[in-house]
Amino acid sequence: MVTAVPTADAGAQPGSAPPTKRGIELIMLAFAAIVVTTALVLVELNQPHGVTRSVLYDGAAYLALFGAAHIAVRWFAPYADPLILPCVALLNGLGLVMIHRLDLAGEAAAASVGDPVPTGNLPHQIAWTTLGLGMFVAVLVLVRDHRMLARYGYTCGLVGLAALALPGLLPGAISEVNGSKIWLRVGGLTIQPGEFAKILIMIFVAAFLVTKRDLFTTAGRKVLGMELPRARDLAPLLAAWGISLGVLVIEKDLGTSLLFFGIVLVLIYVATERVAWLVIGLIFFLGGATVSDMLFRHVQRRVTAWINPFSDYDGAGYQMAQSLFGLGTGGVFGTGLGAGRPDLVPEAHTDYITAAIGEELGFVGLAAVLFTYLLVVMRGMRTALTVRDTFGKLLAAGLAFAIGLEVFIVVGGVTKLIPLTGLTAPFLAYGGSSLLANYILVALLLRISHAARSPAASAAPRKPVAPLAEARTEMVQRP
Amino acid sequence: MPELVLQLTRAGFLLLLWLFVVAALRVVRSDLFVASGLRASLPISRRGARIAERNRTPRQLVVTAGGLAGTRISLDGRPILIGRADDSTLVLDDDYASTRHARLGLQGGDWFLEDLGSTNGTYLDRAKVTGPTRVPLGVPIRIGKTVIELRS
Repeated sequence: MVTAVPTADAGAQPGSAPPTKRGIELIMLAFAAIVVTTALVLVELNQPHGVTRSVLYDGAAYLALFGAAHIAVRWFAPYADPLILPCVALLNGLGLVMIHRLDLAGEAAAASVGDPVPTGNLPHQIAWTTLGLGMFVAVLVLVRDHRMLARYGYTCGLVGLAALALPGLLPGAISEVNGSKIWLRVGGLTIQPGEFAKILIMIFVAAFLVTKRDLFTTAGRKVLGMELPRARDLAPLLAAWGISLGVLVIEKDLGTSLLFFGIVLVLIYVATERVAWLVIGLIFFLGGATVSDMLFRHVQRRVTAWINPFSDYDGAGYQMAQSLFGLGTGGVFGTGLGAGRPDLVPEAHTDYITAAIGEELGFVGLAAVLFTYLLVVMRGMRTALTVRDTFGKLLAAGLAFAIGLEVFIVVGGVTKLIPLTGLTAPFLAYGGSSLLANYILVALLLRISHAARSPAASAAPRKPVAPLAEARTEMVQRP
Repeated sequence: MPELVLQLTRAGFLLLLWLFVVAALRVVRSDLFVASGLRASLPISRRGARIAERNRTPRQLVVTAGGLAGTRISLDGRPILIGRADDSTLVLDDDYASTRHARLGLQGGDWFLEDLGSTNGTYLDRAKVTGPTRVPLGVPIRIGKTVIELRS
């Protein structure tokens, strides 16, 4: 008993606060910078003009950019997860190197034919990365407590739905690129509102499920050891299904449609812990997929190009077939950075950037990239497990799952596991909206992980409570 | 570029990429217990005696049933407020819990449970808590649909 007291006292000392691990984050960021700079040097080495000193400046600029983000995390979310930012930095950096590499290939191709040198995609992507990190810091500064987002649940849901539907309702001249009506062309900019809608809708669904969770757990009939929900409780899932089918039919975008339905389904599953919801969702999904394959031509085209890309090699199957040839050329260890021909795949810098990485870094390199994604998702799920409030749990699980599902859809499409959908790999691929939205997503994830890992007392800052709530009930004598 | 250099850099870069992943995994490993509220105290023989002693003092609070099941809070001597209020240490989202439902506090070397005038009551195992009650390790505390336990 005598020895037990000092242990308890030692625990009570303020010095026992858990480590913030910001130092680890900085070290890992520096490591990511080294990897990315090496990649850039290798790309330049394989070019005829060789390496110039500007490569070092590029590496330093990259480190400075993410160093700034690191300092913002240090100030505004000191207990945030130390791995998410470095992993994202590595993915973003590799994406920049790959886009630069494809720009070089484009320039070489233009020079050999005698065309004017095309403007590269790299300057745009660097600008978007800087803007994305700006948004990242802004979200960390503005959202001081993620629970505040729950109060704007319905607003977020409404704005998100509007953003999702807007390109579908506008005339094709404004919103159509390559057959998909998912864009908004404002001036010289094209943005994809669906990317932002994804986050807003996740906030809404999480907030909605926190208040209406009991509705989903009401037991219905028991079939095969599974408790099915009552038919009338299916309405929210049916609504999500209808909306994602609408996106598929009107906006002709398989990816967003699949992502949206998947996120809603998983959030319902996480909130209720009932496998029945997953089974029902999968049945809905299979039904919707079969019917749209029978009815809509743009879906049929994708499915045909998926099942047998070589049957129409010069037409619809060309991109898919080229990507498969690229991956085959890369093999296990790849051709080496800058030594392959990833530019032979059309749109290699956006939809097919994972094919370009697979060709130049091979299976081993692509596996490392996928592992980095897995780490981000894993840390996100861990955040969901440790955070102490239900809304945070649901939102973190949804955000982490969204990254995982998006990577699965993209890489599955590129490697011919599932039909190609037109989503882009988060952080890797060229695309401003995707980068901005994913940096906002990661900032929210870091904010929630800060709340999860900080010591109990500072996780719940004491607010002044109205005196009435504190007052004890008193007996009042009737006169 | 000479073929040999190309081959060497090719393998070297893949190695570097995987070194990053391995370094990240090491961080995950060192972090495995801290993030869940457990202390990462690896059993070192020199400190064996202290750890054995420590095993009998509650070091964390675990939610075993209810909406927050799986949540762990490490006990650092500060009192734990449980209720639906936003500023509680454990914010319950439970229709059967009160805004300020119960409080766990350290007195001497023991944790004491106290009901804060809740509507539906706080139960230690089967018994309703009326005054401050000592909470032994591993005995379930029931608040509405939520069950929590102290663990070492």
